[in-house]
Amino acid sequence: MSANIRKIAIFVEETHREAGQRIDPPTRKAVAAAVIENPFAGAYVEDLSPLMDIGAELGGLLGEKCVAALGITAGEAESYGKAAMVGENGELEHAAAILHPKLGAPLRKAVEKGAALVSSSKKMGSPGQVLDVPLGHKDAAYVRSHFDGVEIRLNDAPRAGEILVAVAVTDSGRPLPRVGGLQAGQIKGEDGLR
Amino acid sequence: MPELIVRKTATACEEIFHEYGPAPDRPLRRAAALAVVENPFAGRYEPDIQPFMDDLRPLGLTMARRLVDMLGGPGEIEGYGKGALIGEAGELEHGALWHAPGGYAMREAIGGTRAIVPSSKKVAGVGARLDVPIAHVNAAYVRSHFDSMELGLADAPRRHEMLLALVMTTGARVHSRSGGLEAWEIKGEDGLR
Repeated sequence: MSANIRKIAIFVEETHREAGQRIDPPTRKAVAAAVIENPFAGAYVEDLSPLMDIGAELGGLLGEKCVAALGITAGEAESYGKAAMVGENGELEHAAAILHPKLGAPLRKAVEKGAALVSSSKKMGSPGQVLDVPLGHKDAAYVRSHFDGVEIRLNDAPRAGEILVAVAVTDSGRPLPRVGGLQAGQIKGEDGLR
Repeated sequence: MPELIVRKTATACEEIFHEYGPAPDRPLRRAAALAVVENPFAGRYEPDIQPFMDDLRPLGLTMARRLVDMLGGPGEIEGYGKGALIGEAGELEHGALWHAPGGYAMREAIGGTRAIVPSSKKVAGVGARLDVPIAHVNAAYVRSHFDSMELGLADAPRRHEMLLALVMTTGARVHSRSGGLEAWEIKGEDGLR
């Protein structure tokens, strides 16, 4: 089963100043979201594998959209995240089926490598609600400068029988990182942690 | 005049394939460009504010050209709109300064459009959302192209800022069937029909 996509939205933000300091080059985040029909809305279905396949489809599609929107090469991506919001006739488990089993591999291909866990969030929601997508460094989860988040919200989604699926990619960390910890320049990028 | 201080820029692009009716051959695309700028008049009543329109002109052009690029060139653009959110230390009138630089920038980037650019503006707090109205670029009465796009940023506008927005679209509502003047019937001379 491939996803019945009603719409795709892509949001990019660039921060040029923070606390009066110039940020040059600006930090940049992209989040791409697909609004899809939930094939299992309104019923309890044991086998969620069709949603897992949809996750694989959307991981590649949305990851590539983010990289394209940032105008970077795949290798220039620095952090990523994923999230889903399920409309009221669905079930939280539907978000899990999309996000966890199969979405990561094609997303990693879109951002090159991606040794680290893709941080995630999920919730039930309604049109216009905010979905916060967590962000972490794509190759080393402990890089403190890249812990961040970006929100997505669409006034018309998710409707009761829909799921909003979002992937976020950045080419940078926070604008003025200064809380120490592991630095992006120090990572090995082998075990996904450091 | 004070230097134009831009804290943040953002773009949003929506591609709408269907709304559970028959999907059109080409999905409707809506794009928005946003800029968060320092409001040089925040916190006081300043009688002479018009010179700031000139300062906003290059920003408007940059934003308009960005939208045209995002949507695939001037020939693709069929609808437009603009809007402003003014942080609470400012005044509604400050948002009106965006009319000329925002509107004329879109006309220039698209290439001599005829219709008035519909707009909305309000004084608001951080995280506020703005519904930016959209209408046909050459004939304001084209019913299929009346639309809107909701915009906003989680961290703007701060008290001393303005959030400025431009919006462009590539066509009619995705299942447009409410009649009225159709895009293929317009003369495109007076900006209305």
